[in-house]
Amino acid sequence: MSNKKVAAGAFLAALAWGQLAWAGPPEPYKVTDDLVAAATKEASVVYYTSTDVQVAEKLGAAFEAHYPGIKVQVERAGSERVFQRIGQEYSSGIHNADIIETSDASHFLTFKEQNWLTPAVPEDVAKMWPEKDRDPDGFYAAFRATLTVIAYRTDLVKEGDAPKTWTDLLDPKYKGKLVKSHPGYSGNVMTATYALSQLLGWDYFEKLGKQGVMQVQSSTEPPKVLAQGERPIQADGNEYNVFILQDKGVPIKAVYPAEGTSIAYGNAAILAYAPHPNAAKLFYSFMFSQEAQQLNDDFGGLRSVRPDVKEKSNRTPLSQIKLLDSDPSNVRDAVEEIKQKYEEYFGT
Amino acid sequence: MSSPATSPYPWADRRLIRRRRIKLRGDQVTIAALSPDTANRRHLGRFDLSTPLFVLLAVVLCVLVLLPLFWLGYYALTNKAGSPTLANLARLFTDATIRRAFLISLGMAGCVGVFSCLVATPLAWLVARTDMPGQRLVRSLVTASFVTPPFLGAIAWAMLAAPNSGILNNIYRWAFGLDQSQALFNIYTFTGLVFAVTCYSFPFVFTLVANAFDKVPSDLEEASAILGGKPGTTLRRVTLPMVLPAMLAGSLVAIVQAFTMFGSPAILALPAGFHVLTTKIWSFFQFPPRLDLAAASAVPLLVVTMLLLWGQRWLLGRRGYTVLGGKSGTPRRVKLGNWKWLAGAYVLFILCVTILFPYLALLKVALTHNISEPLSWSSLTLHNFNFVLFEFSSTRLAIWNTLILGLATATIATGIALVVSYLVARRAVPGASLLGMLATAPIAIPGIVLGVGLFLAYANPTFGLYGTLWILLIAFLTIELPAGYQQLSSAFHGVHPELEEASRILGATRLKTLWQITAPLLRTSLIAAWCFVFIGTIRELSATVLLTTAQTKLVSVIIYDLNESGDYGAISVLGILLLVVSFTVVFIANKVPVLGGAAPRSGS
Repeated sequence: MSNKKVAAGAFLAALAWGQLAWAGPPEPYKVTDDLVAAATKEASVVYYTSTDVQVAEKLGAAFEAHYPGIKVQVERAGSERVFQRIGQEYSSGIHNADIIETSDASHFLTFKEQNWLTPAVPEDVAKMWPEKDRDPDGFYAAFRATLTVIAYRTDLVKEGDAPKTWTDLLDPKYKGKLVKSHPGYSGNVMTATYALSQLLGWDYFEKLGKQGVMQVQSSTEPPKVLAQGERPIQADGNEYNVFILQDKGVPIKAVYPAEGTSIAYGNAAILAYAPHPNAAKLFYSFMFSQEAQQLNDDFGGLRSVRPDVKEKSNRTPLSQIKLLDSDPSNVRDAVEEIKQKYEEYFGT
Repeated sequence: MSSPATSPYPWADRRLIRRRRIKLRGDQVTIAALSPDTANRRHLGRFDLSTPLFVLLAVVLCVLVLLPLFWLGYYALTNKAGSPTLANLARLFTDATIRRAFLISLGMAGCVGVFSCLVATPLAWLVARTDMPGQRLVRSLVTASFVTPPFLGAIAWAMLAAPNSGILNNIYRWAFGLDQSQALFNIYTFTGLVFAVTCYSFPFVFTLVANAFDKVPSDLEEASAILGGKPGTTLRRVTLPMVLPAMLAGSLVAIVQAFTMFGSPAILALPAGFHVLTTKIWSFFQFPPRLDLAAASAVPLLVVTMLLLWGQRWLLGRRGYTVLGGKSGTPRRVKLGNWKWLAGAYVLFILCVTILFPYLALLKVALTHNISEPLSWSSLTLHNFNFVLFEFSSTRLAIWNTLILGLATATIATGIALVVSYLVARRAVPGASLLGMLATAPIAIPGIVLGVGLFLAYANPTFGLYGTLWILLIAFLTIELPAGYQQLSSAFHGVHPELEEASRILGATRLKTLWQITAPLLRTSLIAAWCFVFIGTIRELSATVLLTTAQTKLVSVIIYDLNESGDYGAISVLGILLLVVSFTVVFIANKVPVLGGAAPRSGS
């Protein structure tokens, strides 16, 4: 009886204390031979991600090259879709995934509260990650940073005619020329929609909704739509896919509006019931390594918070861009409103 | 059970058979003495498994059909705390976004029904009642468009007819020297959606109407001709009225298909900025999921589908015009003369639009880096094949899962359908018709509704089936059973029971008879039903999209995922793989004699 009472008391206390109940971050861990051996025994790691599938598979391939015998299974969908999947799975007691990584930082607040994560701090994160880019209790850290930008085809739109600011997009001459991704699918766009609705008001989106935008889902898609030539201008979309396509020779250019550019921190974490705990730890540590972060930058066009990652010279340095930071907990509070308003103005 | 005097099938009466068996016992002993095998059979054969099997099937079918519907109703009528409420259903009327999606769905489905009928009827007439050459080929090519999953067709049409990058629009601009602002087609519109759905719904109308044309007795047409009716008059006043019920029934099937479809609207309507009911239901699953609203929104979908199907039954049941007497004489074939060029152009146009253009578009996009790149030797690349086959980690698992589920579903569903249609057709047990009703019922449940219901029913910790292939197998069995059952139950009417009777007289049980006599006789129908179910499984997306997880990915779902991030190259490669696998399986199933119990048996 008393045991039960104690347990119930502890449970209530945990509920009451909420986040304060965390014991602080665990000791940083190194990649030891034992960890590699145990991970190799598990033979695979399941990686739920919202990073563009070709970039994510590259990361997986780099890991496999380092640790032969461990397969990386990449499961890519939009941030909000990954959130839906992991939510459905964990609510139903299914534990498929080892690593989760989305570009909507507010998700990680929920994951942490639901006790869905395992605290783990790779050595590199402890040494090099700024405080603001990692969880104080060691549950997650920023794997990447993504900007949501305007972009246009330089061969189809003259530089003088290209939009310079967000409100430029409301000009009637752009009617029927814009493509835009969906906040109900993409974490970047969810964050950007929050930032812009704070900055410019919902009025901006109401007017944008009348511009005949082509509505796609993922924020990785608008740059691809530009490359196909389906639309010449993206009203919002990933910066990194613009870079990837630039590297492939597509005439496409990102615009950093004077009002500011929304930045979303894509956190990564190890799940609480990871079926391959050791492989998960190994992969998680690899994700923050210089090699992986540099690969993200070189091949994937992603921004890194790791100080020793060298950015390509043809890209505007992060320090020269006016950034709009969004507090994840504010984004979380606004999600329902954003979805509802968005459907009102854009139809879906 | 009917008495021997009134039953049209006296062999179905057990008492009679038992009496005959007693009479023949002497012979049986002789046979048993001659064949060592038969002695064993007789031993096992004493106990007829029909009744326990009936009970088992009834339970299985009840669970398959009724359990998800129960949970759907439960969630639609309760709030989060579990107390009953009408608030969810009330939301259907107060929430303008749901109402709008519902109306768009109805409008879209209605248009698809009308256009499918307008396209399919002339085609069916050309194939069935004229001397147009290549009729068999046309029939099988229309069937090929049935093998194409509608979502793949929709993506291919997005490649062809997107206003700016669409291949057809590019050709149009190039041919007439127009600038970029000109476009012939825009697939991302309501009209575009109706078009893309019609392309893959009209085969349903075509099949029904072509069959009806096949059966129109020539004597009525001859009578019309003798009385001075010109060919046009005969067609208008005699032939067409007789296939009218088939046209209407086929259109209703097309309407149901369009109304319950998820993939094509998700691919074409969302970029255009509108929802249909199925995509709206899917959006309720975004985390945190609104299961109550999803369940409530599924109710109108279910009700309208049931009404449409009821309408179809009513139409087919009104046999005022239709021909029940079977064929009387070979059908008269209209000589086309010089019209055959116009007819040929029409057929070619349909085949281009539904098969040739989409397949070529997939092939082109699979082999180039970029959709709007002009095709040349230097732009050819295997990059997309390399990515899908060697870099993309989901490919192998998804193809494997798809194959396993396709084969398992096809085999099990055909098996259940065979036994059920046998029990129903031969009235083997009391209440067998109930089984038939249960096996047909899922046709009224749209895929996405069933997906919601199955998720609610089996994802809970009691079953814990979510995340396994089992929940998908259950879903596919439920969805595909009606198709298999309808194929086989109609086939049973064509098999005379004499041979079964003989087998029963010799002491075989019903099941043994079914396995050794009836199944081999029904071989072609069995293979057709099997292929039907297999293809249906391969092209299923609406229930699948709610029920898969990372470990239970299917090709259809990864194509859908890739579409959401705009990876057309990878989609094309996967689409081509999916088509190749489907066609190969269908081909093998039709060629290998072992399948469908076709191997010759010494005993029969």
